Amino acid sequence: MSSRANARDLHLSALGVRLLAAGLALACVGCELRDVPHSNQTPSATQQGITRPHDVKATPVTPAHFAGIGRAATDAEIRAWDIDVNPAGRGLPAGRGTAAQGAPTYAAQCAACHGARGEGIPPFPRLVGRDAADFGFARDPKLVKTVGNYWPYATTLYDYINRTMPFAAPGTLSADEVYGVVAWILAENGIIARTAVMDSRTLPAVRMPARDRFVPDDRRGGSFR
Amino acid sequence: MSDERTVSRRSVIAGAAAAAGGAILSQVPLVEAQQPVAPGNPSAAPGSGTTAQGARSAFESPARAPTGVVTGSSFTPLQDLTGTITPADLVFERHHSGIPAIDPAQHRLMVHGLTDRNVMFTMAELKRLPSVSRVHFLECSGNGRAAFRDPRPAMTPQQVDGLLGNGEWTGVLLATLLRQAGVRAAARWVIAEGADSAKLSRSIPLAKAMDDAIVAYAFNGEALRPANGYPVRLLLPGYEGNMSVKWLRRIEVTDQPIMARDETSKYTDPLANGTARQFSFVMDVKSLITRPSHPQRLDRGWREIAGLAWTGRGRIARVDVSTDGGGSWTQAELQEPVLSRAATRFRLMWEWDGREAVIMSRATDETGASQPTREAFIAARGPATDYHFNAIRAWRVGRDGTVSFV
Repeated sequence: MSSRANARDLHLSALGVRLLAAGLALACVGCELRDVPHSNQTPSATQQGITRPHDVKATPVTPAHFAGIGRAATDAEIRAWDIDVNPAGRGLPAGRGTAAQGAPTYAAQCAACHGARGEGIPPFPRLVGRDAADFGFARDPKLVKTVGNYWPYATTLYDYINRTMPFAAPGTLSADEVYGVVAWILAENGIIARTAVMDSRTLPAVRMPARDRFVPDDRRGGSFR
Repeated sequence: MSDERTVSRRSVIAGAAAAAGGAILSQVPLVEAQQPVAPGNPSAAPGSGTTAQGARSAFESPARAPTGVVTGSSFTPLQDLTGTITPADLVFERHHSGIPAIDPAQHRLMVHGLTDRNVMFTMAELKRLPSVSRVHFLECSGNGRAAFRDPRPAMTPQQVDGLLGNGEWTGVLLATLLRQAGVRAAARWVIAEGADSAKLSRSIPLAKAMDDAIVAYAFNGEALRPANGYPVRLLLPGYEGNMSVKWLRRIEVTDQPIMARDETSKYTDPLANGTARQFSFVMDVKSLITRPSHPQRLDRGWREIAGLAWTGRGRIARVDVSTDGGGSWTQAELQEPVLSRAATRFRLMWEWDGREAVIMSRATDETGASQPTREAFIAARGPATDYHFNAIRAWRVGRDGTVSFV
């Protein structure tokens, strides 16, 4: 309970209890007891043909923490499920692989859908290709997105392959095999050398060609973009 | 009733075959073409008895399509639906690795990461926590792609925009679960992950998670259907559908997004200026006339134009309808209550005089955002852009009464 957010929540919870004790039914107005169910679906005052404060709720104040509901997750349970890998490399396991080491794994586990050279066998996606260097995907519908011309982060490759590939038997590749397949795909795309070793230190350092093409959502309500 | 001209023999038979238990059909004598035929006078003799589950009339056969898709979509038959609520068995599907079979007694939801406590919930425990029931739409961000890229006259509303459902979701606010775990000050995002073999994962801003995100275990008054996330899924009101992770098993509180495959290589929007828009969570304001639509054939005279409008930014403020290809517009009636981030039915009476007509709808939401024309959409985003297709669409009524997608 060390965080500021929790301290504030507890404070508000206590405030809510005091207000309730004072018999004020308006305890929820504007408060931040976010686990108190509140409806955003109430027809507006105009829709109802009446005027009343639309945020007055009769819902009772509930405690900040419902003791006994949900048990502690064990470290083993977290390790078993916590498979995500972020761009900084957090989540990447020990292990290593090169394109040469990954080639047999790719041929055995991936090529049936993605093609011997990563060209894709429709409807399964193409993985390799550096055309569309001008990133003209919005202009030309014939351009095909690949790891080489579109994926902004190399770590996503490890995360995705480890998470859900091969399609019929996800989770069956060892860490070395995943690193090897990742290295093979990156090398086929000309992004890393064929001899480059991919591991938890080198993979996050790979700079993807399309990295700077992505911009956070800049749409806003009210005007079309 | 010229609308009924479109009921095909095949679709009636398909619907009849799907009638659970055949209780209804057994009462309906099959004639040579296997068309269901009701007794000539339903008032002359008692009907059948009660049943454990209801089945549709043998004369009704709404169906998702296509079926059998493991990594892909089936579409909601919007043209067969009225009002705003999508029946649970007709809500569109989008699977990335098929529909998992999950025993709710074995299912667990874990909340961990930048938390004071790492918590594991059973389904029974989730249902002990305070619940909410709210009506919201759910739309795939790729909805409308085929109609935008390759519009064809024979497209139905289902094919145009069928990756859309709307109904009442019941569950626990995600904020409640995060409060159970205690969110640390450094937290900015949560990672949601499914229990399917895709283990589909998306990064969600903490603010959304703490605002109105629902960990939903029911839809339209009953447990979720397997195709839509049984036993529990996320529902992010107004956000693109794939973020509402189905078969939810894990919520990790983090300081940064993981840049998952489905928020980088997919579900990002290439733009005309050579960039791609990322984390375009909110679904734009949109509408579609569902009747009249292809393959109806109209008779002259008065009829209702009806459709759905929705926006991820709040409530629909107004819908305007044109019957002359956008030359003039008339404000349609909105069915109340108009709910936030929920489908809204609009209606306008129209007298078709037998001349060619092009009918279209244009929705505006409470932020003032309005649907662009197709030309404006292409100018802003490019002819081959992807996701978030919200341009105005049109149906052409021919002099023979046929309706085609423009």
